[in-house]
Amino acid sequence: MTTIIRTPGLGRLAAVESRLFLREPLAVFFAIGLPAALLLILGSAIPSFRDPSPELGGLRPVDAQLPGMMVLLSVATLALSTLPTALVVYRERGVLRRMSTTPVRPAALLAVQLGINAVVAVVATTLTLVLGHLVLDAPFPRALFGFTVVVVLGAVAMFALGLFLAAVAPNSRIVQGVGAGALFPLLFFAGMWLPRDLMPEALRRVSDFTPTGAFGQGLVDTLGGHAPSALHLAVMAGWAVVAVIAAARSFRWQ
Amino acid sequence: MAIITVENLHKTYGTRVAVDDVSFSVDEGEIFGIVGRNGAGKTTTVECIAGLRTPSSGTVNVDADLKQQVGVQLQDCSLPDKIRVGEAMALYASFYARPADWRELLAEVGLDPRKSFAKLSGGQRQRLSIALALVGNPRIAILDELTTGLDPQARRDTWELITRMRDRGVTVILVSHFMEEVERLCDRVAVISGGRVLALDTPAGLVAQVSGGQRIVFRTSSSVEPLKSLPEVTGVTVDGDEVVVTGTADVLTAVVNVLPASQMSGLRMDRTTLDDAFLTLTGQPAS
Repeated sequence: MTTIIRTPGLGRLAAVESRLFLREPLAVFFAIGLPAALLLILGSAIPSFRDPSPELGGLRPVDAQLPGMMVLLSVATLALSTLPTALVVYRERGVLRRMSTTPVRPAALLAVQLGINAVVAVVATTLTLVLGHLVLDAPFPRALFGFTVVVVLGAVAMFALGLFLAAVAPNSRIVQGVGAGALFPLLFFAGMWLPRDLMPEALRRVSDFTPTGAFGQGLVDTLGGHAPSALHLAVMAGWAVVAVIAAARSFRWQ
Repeated sequence: MAIITVENLHKTYGTRVAVDDVSFSVDEGEIFGIVGRNGAGKTTTVECIAGLRTPSSGTVNVDADLKQQVGVQLQDCSLPDKIRVGEAMALYASFYARPADWRELLAEVGLDPRKSFAKLSGGQRQRLSIALALVGNPRIAILDELTTGLDPQARRDTWELITRMRDRGVTVILVSHFMEEVERLCDRVAVISGGRVLALDTPAGLVAQVSGGQRIVFRTSSSVEPLKSLPEVTGVTVDGDEVVVTGTADVLTAVVNVLPASQMSGLRMDRTTLDDAFLTLTGQPAS
């Protein structure tokens, strides 16, 4: 890690990669634009989303459930689609191989890509909270520390899964297909379409042990002012450890 | 003086032998060619020299800092579509301790720094690839199949660049299967087949090794039998109505002494090319 930080040209690499990211309008749209737009559209257009709901402990859906899902959507899209696609395309096109002929190791490019996606995740999260507050009068997270812990742990688990996907996918077509294919069930388990509180007991139990189920519930809990449950923190940490080890073992540079 | 020494290089991928036994040395400042058909082991050999692969056995000695002083242009290495030419050059220049002036390099290869990679033609991409291999101010440049897929004009422009590279004192290893290219550019050539070096010489030396010199072609109604006994003649073949005589440097004089020029028509002398030499050495055409 320290050798990567001392890499000559790392600052320029980060600057160039950031510009390249911003030149992909679709990546920016799916990571930042779509969650923010969905929050505003659903939050404004569906009146019941602004009424306190007994199933949500008296909170309105726009207070915790909806922003929690939008934060999750943004992180999951970056982690399972944007990041692994970028890395596999770089491997496929020999960008990593070319870099390995220079004094800069291709690991630096991986680190920069991870950093950029993490920053975009933070921007999307902040934007969701600020827009929710300004437009829908949603409170800022009442358990800020717990919320931060959940976001960090959930992002680590999701990005680690994305790295594993990038490691094992043979080409960019497959990484996109598998990424999108995994995204939908994972969003379902998180409660994107059917809030976890409304899920049948058995389904919710399964969801507890999925990375997105634990992440989503952690977000909704902490946005609603509660502490995240130990089970969900442990599930996220477990997925993070397993995926990091699996990715590190299988990653190929060419 | 040798700047690169390869001794008994052997490389296997699983059970497949890519390089069996390759030895050669490259002198500082020369353009050294490595030729062979696809799968002969050329790319693996240069990847071992560049430090991108570890030899299974044998040694590779490069008298330079592999990362800082060796510029490498590999096959099938592109760049992100949306990166601009100038951005890529500035980025790669920043990786090196003593980079070349990238603007000057771009001007030399005739590329517009504002153009994005996706909009470059095949020839422009190759030129950018060469510029990127040179941006670190290398002592050694390894260029793998860099004119494959280029049109004749783009190929000639690329040759011009390589010649200028040598003029600056850069040692060049050129992997190719274009014999014309190798004949024009290289000081010495290693012919590789089946993971082994079949021959190593100057292009002219390789041609001399296999042809023994001259080749004359003509038509005649006279008998060519007397030519066969001449000491200067190494071979006589009749191909349709054409007679092909091969022999030493003085073969033409010897032949016209026996068979007056008035009895021949369509007389011409052919130069044996490196292509012919390659064919004879490996038993198969280069491309």
